[in-house]
Amino acid sequence: MEKMVHTFPPYRGHEARHGQPEHHDPGFWRTWIFSPDHKVIGIQYGLTSLCFMLFGFFLMLLMRWQISKPGVPIPVFGPLLEKVLGQAAANGALSPDLYNSFGAMHGTIMVFLAVVPLAFVAFSNFVLPLQIGAPDMAFPRLNMASYQAFVIGGVIMLTSFFIPGGAAQAGWTSYSPLATMIPTDGQIFWLAGMVFIITSGLLSAVNFIATVIQLRAPGMTWMRLPFFVWAQFVTSFLILLAFPPLEAAAVMQLMDKVAHTSFFLPTGLAVGGQLANVSGGGSPLLWQHLFWFLGHPEVYVLILPAMGIVCEIIANNTRKPIWGYKSLVYSALAIGFLSFLVWAHHMYLTGMGTKVAVFFQTTTMIISIPSVIILTCFFISLWGSSIRFNTPMLFALAFLPMFGIGGLTGLPLGFNISDVHLHDTYYIIAHFHYVVAPGTIFALFAGIYYWFPKMTGRMMNEFWGRVHFWGSLIFMNVIFMPMFAQGMAGMLRRMADGGANYSAAVNSRAGADVIGGLSNNIMALHTWILWGACVLGLVQIPFIINLFWSIKHGKKVDSDNPWDATTLEWQTATPPPHTNFPVTPRVYRGPYEYSVPGHDRDFTPQNEPPK
Amino acid sequence: MNNSMTMNSGHSPESAHSVRGYIFVFIALLAGTFLTVWASFIQFGSREINIAVALTIASVKAFLVAAYFMHLISERKMIFCVMGFTALFFAGLMGLTIWSTSPDSMVHIQHVP
Amino acid sequence: MDFPYIVEPRRDTGLYNAKLGIWLFLASEVMLFGALFSAYVLLRVGAEPGMWPHGWLNVYIGTANTIVLITSSITTVMAWVSCKLRQYRRFKFFHALTIVLAMTFVCIKSYEYHDKFTHYEITLANGKFADGHLVERSKDFDLAKKTGRVTIHGHEVDHEVELMDMQRPEARHIQREELTIPATDIKKMERYGPWHHTYLAIYFTLTALHAFHVICGALVIGFLWGPGSRMWHTDPERFTNRIEVSGLFWHFVDLIWIFLFPVLYLL
Repeated sequence: MEKMVHTFPPYRGHEARHGQPEHHDPGFWRTWIFSPDHKVIGIQYGLTSLCFMLFGFFLMLLMRWQISKPGVPIPVFGPLLEKVLGQAAANGALSPDLYNSFGAMHGTIMVFLAVVPLAFVAFSNFVLPLQIGAPDMAFPRLNMASYQAFVIGGVIMLTSFFIPGGAAQAGWTSYSPLATMIPTDGQIFWLAGMVFIITSGLLSAVNFIATVIQLRAPGMTWMRLPFFVWAQFVTSFLILLAFPPLEAAAVMQLMDKVAHTSFFLPTGLAVGGQLANVSGGGSPLLWQHLFWFLGHPEVYVLILPAMGIVCEIIANNTRKPIWGYKSLVYSALAIGFLSFLVWAHHMYLTGMGTKVAVFFQTTTMIISIPSVIILTCFFISLWGSSIRFNTPMLFALAFLPMFGIGGLTGLPLGFNISDVHLHDTYYIIAHFHYVVAPGTIFALFAGIYYWFPKMTGRMMNEFWGRVHFWGSLIFMNVIFMPMFAQGMAGMLRRMADGGANYSAAVNSRAGADVIGGLSNNIMALHTWILWGACVLGLVQIPFIINLFWSIKHGKKVDSDNPWDATTLEWQTATPPPHTNFPVTPRVYRGPYEYSVPGHDRDFTPQNEPPK
Repeated sequence: MNNSMTMNSGHSPESAHSVRGYIFVFIALLAGTFLTVWASFIQFGSREINIAVALTIASVKAFLVAAYFMHLISERKMIFCVMGFTALFFAGLMGLTIWSTSPDSMVHIQHVP
Repeated sequence: MDFPYIVEPRRDTGLYNAKLGIWLFLASEVMLFGALFSAYVLLRVGAEPGMWPHGWLNVYIGTANTIVLITSSITTVMAWVSCKLRQYRRFKFFHALTIVLAMTFVCIKSYEYHDKFTHYEITLANGKFADGHLVERSKDFDLAKKTGRVTIHGHEVDHEVELMDMQRPEARHIQREELTIPATDIKKMERYGPWHHTYLAIYFTLTALHAFHVICGALVIGFLWGPGSRMWHTDPERFTNRIEVSGLFWHFVDLIWIFLFPVLYLL
């Protein structure tokens, strides 16, 4: 171990700084496409999932237009859509079916193809082995297989837009019998795609856990792991144990679709007024249980990596040790454990009895405690420090209140009484988008700005970073804040016309502003949200240009450690060579030794030997 | 390397003794199979008892396979922890799902004749 | 690549990478099959009274297959022991047996599948039910056009419920004979495929997924027995680890079957 010298070509040969043994250039394909190197796979995952995120965002823009101006042709893209998708987008406007399928695919793509692969797989792939001083992942080829399975799953999902009848229409939750009984084949593609994506997630999870357990550098004890590693470690376990039930459920729903079984189809099921030709005897609730058994841990799969990223950046830019490191670690473990026991709080309205509801309500309230502890630790860490306000830090700071709003607005949904009113309204859309969009995605932006210099050796532009930050912060809130009001006023989440018909029907019967009716003020918020979303799209343009422009033209870093950070990924060459470290580092101290009294610098790297 | 216990994850098969142990487990598994088939033809009074008997035998057989063929009995703490939590969450999945869908804990159940 | 802990275990965990990896993978497999077993329980508990089938599968064939799989487990262990003792020829022998047994299992399983796919439940026009294996169809048999006739080897009952419990004592005295039924008497004719009943749905799903695992395991073991065994001559310790890891997977597949057998065949 000790005398390990990297005998393999560094992944960007010309920039390797350490002893360069003779090697064959593996060529473009082996270096960038079929590479088992964790850093390349991390970048592959990152770019792919960013593309999916942009695509998912674009679907949302089209849907927002339809919600705000039902039936009005979409400018610019409308005719294009009609050309590509045909009748479903007749006259350049979304048909309700197409709206449903965009809704389902927006959710699926954002959760399974954008945020999870970016937050969990991409960042852990690039950062995690570096932070624990490992030469690579424990199973490099499995890692490559994971990415390939992910791409196959993504391609299947995208293909489904172009089959007759279009993509899946039953929401990202794909509740049966609806999902099974829609006569098009979109759902089959969705399920097949999910099986690949889940498999890819499982391969990654096995890999990360094995890497953390087996490949920590000497001296890297459990309590010296950066919190990012802890967060990803817990996330891996969530993926490992929560995804397989959904895979099983996907297989069963696939059987329902293809082999005409009745796993989720009850006896006496009627479709379109006709008794369905199925054997019956199945249980629709079974799907929901299996789905949410994944679905709730999935929420923490989305948020824990974000917390890990934010923790690194806050510690680095407050120049202080993070407050309550052990509380953070134990809270993350507690979240991981409890997240398996809360899932049915998504199902209060399924006829579940009081005892069951109280059980899940209790576990839900308990799980909010460790989340609050984590957030509190971050806030206290800010106290009394001289904060460096660079772009990653701005995003990390904005994460705190945004996630706070998202988390606290979740409490009324966790209580079964208030959930009865709020269930399936725009309130819940606002709630989980606050957690994931200005929450997790801000943390992801922070992470990209923070680790970009390590990936490329150049900084991203600070000014455009700020434009990106302030634009995103303001318009995220313009989009999601009104949805709380809409939801509490009773606007349901899946209406293709934004509630115009529903509202008209109720109001004409009982006059405006009764319960259930949607007032004009509430309806007018749709326009706000639409333009907010459009501007949010515009302010992402500086980010996209910044990202690609800086690879070649950004300011060069003046050292391997431009942020003066303590963790191991900054103590090696930039970009790190294949097998990462010329000599396996030895770790002597905890991850956040900033401003230690008596040291000449305000940071002490983990591998700096004690004097 | 394989002459040291510590380097071999704790179980080394170098003696005829351990081979004999495996064969003993094998015979026990065969016996369990025949026992469970035999027991299934006996009416113990109610089907619940039959189910309990069959699942008990299956659990014993599963224990034998996991403990001896998969060496779980002498395995490291790390693997114990992982499998322990897995078993716990599996129990949670099955137990809570069954509990929350059982007719006693549902509201608005109408029994259609 | 000089990669740590591929062969030798890490001191503080006592494990080499692949062993931890396979156990983690098995943990996810536990949850996969666990979800399907949960589905089984839920479907069974939720079935209408008397409508959950018993004894639809041949216990003797199932027992035979159980023994095949258990035997393959002991040969896998013996193959690993042989590797540990550096007895290459014995290893080859035992794992050859494992592969043969795996193929035997799959063959028996596909015979059982075939048996179900030739088994029909026929709803007769007079409200009764005929049930049995297809013997032959007349050439002009067409259910839609109501022409021709079909011959099955089975029996006739008054109510569908009577087809459910084939374990009850009276069921042993059922006289099965060849019944020829004209298409005009047939209201509905359905095979015992996965669409016929949720029991068959879960039976086919579980056993097909299990058989898929058997086939994958057999492919891996076949690779290690054949081309993969070259590693024996360069790095026997690492090769032994591979045999152990693939063996762990194989035992897990066996373990799943230990539960599948009573749950699907006996209860």
